[in-house]
Amino acid sequence: MKEFAASVIKEFRHIFRDRRTILIAMVMPVVQIILFGFAVSTEVNDVRVVFCGDLSDPAVRSAVDRIDNNRYLRITGRLYNPAGIASVFRRNEADAAVCFDRDFGSSIVSGRASARIIGDGSDPNTAQMITSYIRGVLQSEQTDFSVSFAGGQQMSMTPVVQLMYNPAMKSSYNFVPGVMGLILMLICSMMTAVSIVREKETGTLELLLVSPVKPLWIIVSKMIPYLALSVVNFTSILLLAHYVMEVPVNGSLLLLSVAALVFMVTSLALGLLISVISPNQRTALLICGMGLTMPVMIFSGIIFPCESMPAVLQWFSDIIPAKWFIIIVKKVMIQGDGLASVSGELAILSGMAALLLAVSIKSFRTRLQ
Amino acid sequence: MGRNTVEIAHLTKKFGDFTAVDNISFNVRDGEIFGFLGANGAGKTTAMRILCGLSRPTSGEGTVAGYDINTGQEKIKRHIGYMCQKFSLYPDLTVRENIRLFGGIYGLRDKEIRRKTDVMLDMLGMQTERDRLAGALPLGWKQKLAFSIAMIHDPGIIFLDEPTGGVDPETRRTFWEMIYDAAEKGTTVFVTTHYMDEAEYCDRVSVMVDGRIAALDTPDSLKAEYGAENMDEVFRIIVGRRPGL
Repeated sequence: MKEFAASVIKEFRHIFRDRRTILIAMVMPVVQIILFGFAVSTEVNDVRVVFCGDLSDPAVRSAVDRIDNNRYLRITGRLYNPAGIASVFRRNEADAAVCFDRDFGSSIVSGRASARIIGDGSDPNTAQMITSYIRGVLQSEQTDFSVSFAGGQQMSMTPVVQLMYNPAMKSSYNFVPGVMGLILMLICSMMTAVSIVREKETGTLELLLVSPVKPLWIIVSKMIPYLALSVVNFTSILLLAHYVMEVPVNGSLLLLSVAALVFMVTSLALGLLISVISPNQRTALLICGMGLTMPVMIFSGIIFPCESMPAVLQWFSDIIPAKWFIIIVKKVMIQGDGLASVSGELAILSGMAALLLAVSIKSFRTRLQ
Repeated sequence: MGRNTVEIAHLTKKFGDFTAVDNISFNVRDGEIFGFLGANGAGKTTAMRILCGLSRPTSGEGTVAGYDINTGQEKIKRHIGYMCQKFSLYPDLTVRENIRLFGGIYGLRDKEIRRKTDVMLDMLGMQTERDRLAGALPLGWKQKLAFSIAMIHDPGIIFLDEPTGGVDPETRRTFWEMIYDAAEKGTTVFVTTHYMDEAEYCDRVSVMVDGRIAALDTPDSLKAEYGAENMDEVFRIIVGRRPGL
């Protein structure tokens, strides 16, 4: 145990002496959260809407008021001619436009009133989101109107879209779990792999192996500091997400932490496996970058939704541990699910952790002989 | 004297079809300085790894520091010292932290480590350097420090793997003084080197060629046997006789 403690202290010293690495490791999550949170935001927020319609029509007035009073929308101008929309978009003075028909108020009674919502398609993702959000607002206006006008009698069937758990379509709900998966993966896998390969490269690993410390303990002592670092990162991401991005933690914090711990162990084992395969630091970094970071970025849902991928890619995404972790985080953090709902994913993740750990320790041992 | 620290009989190590070490047998006596020579790829490193408990032999038996090389690897590791010129210190740790680390992994108590650190730094004249990073030390100092650290747990035998590579002759000479000191205090020294003048400093020398021990004797006897002026010539003659060359 004495021997083990000495080597753990050594690993911590290595990390703390390397100011640049520790800085990157501690600052990276914060930067990523802020980057994704404010710069790469695809959410509906402070949307500028212009409208075109007859303000003397009470139905139009009420609809416009409703848009303006919405938290996320803001009326910034009135157009007298729908032809002006293009130039408004070109000057970047509005994000969306709503055009009410000339006889909007009178035809609403017969259920034939129509309003066009025009989005700025030069940014398709945002436009999609904005237009569907405005449609939702108008639909609720219509529902209210029908109720008050016809005394509860439904005049036409209108589907009302409501997004549960995330009514404002905040993208932070999506990227926080993704970033969490990415960071923990990077810290645990990449840094462990690089730190073991570095000692292999310099030959100091030999020095440790010739000492009475058991090989397994050498490896464990290398993992512990990175595990600690990951716990710190996990906490900082969680705090940032909660207090800056206002992402709720609806489910059990304990369950979330347990899942994170299982995921960290999986990543550590992956890192160990990479360190066994790679002859030098560059290869290790390359494998981590191409083999881990990219798939996690792609399959985590930060950029593309997994569900819309071709079947083959979906199968491939199944073998990526981060995917399961991210699903768990989404379920627990945002949907507030309990153990019963995530037990499947947690079991898969634990299975992966056990398998990877067994394989990597075995191959590390074989490598020593 | 008279007892053997290392006893090796019919040691063979194969990697697949390739035989790295081919049925070698030799003994190293207590307190002896034993030179282990051989060209690159002759099987030196493989044999040494087995003696250090890093690798298992394919066949053959033997003991190092009284422990079996097949079954007592963990005990061997506890009772030997190991130093390699290339990588014996962590450059990003300070002098004191390096000493602490190796004291720790060899299971010394904190009090013992503190005492040894003081003694060692006094002996090396490095008290003022104790909080400097080991990587910033001159090569000669690094080496002496590495040697002292390899001896921190008072091993019965110390393995030196090309300890003086890339060092100027003056530093090499002072380094060999440390080796003699250690041997005088009863530590057996097992050393590999590329410098043939260093081979002259050894009590006995073995030369490995193609996985076998081609010669093993005192430097003087070897020189007489091969009619050579110095060890360099002896080495050339032995290695030159290699079949196929």
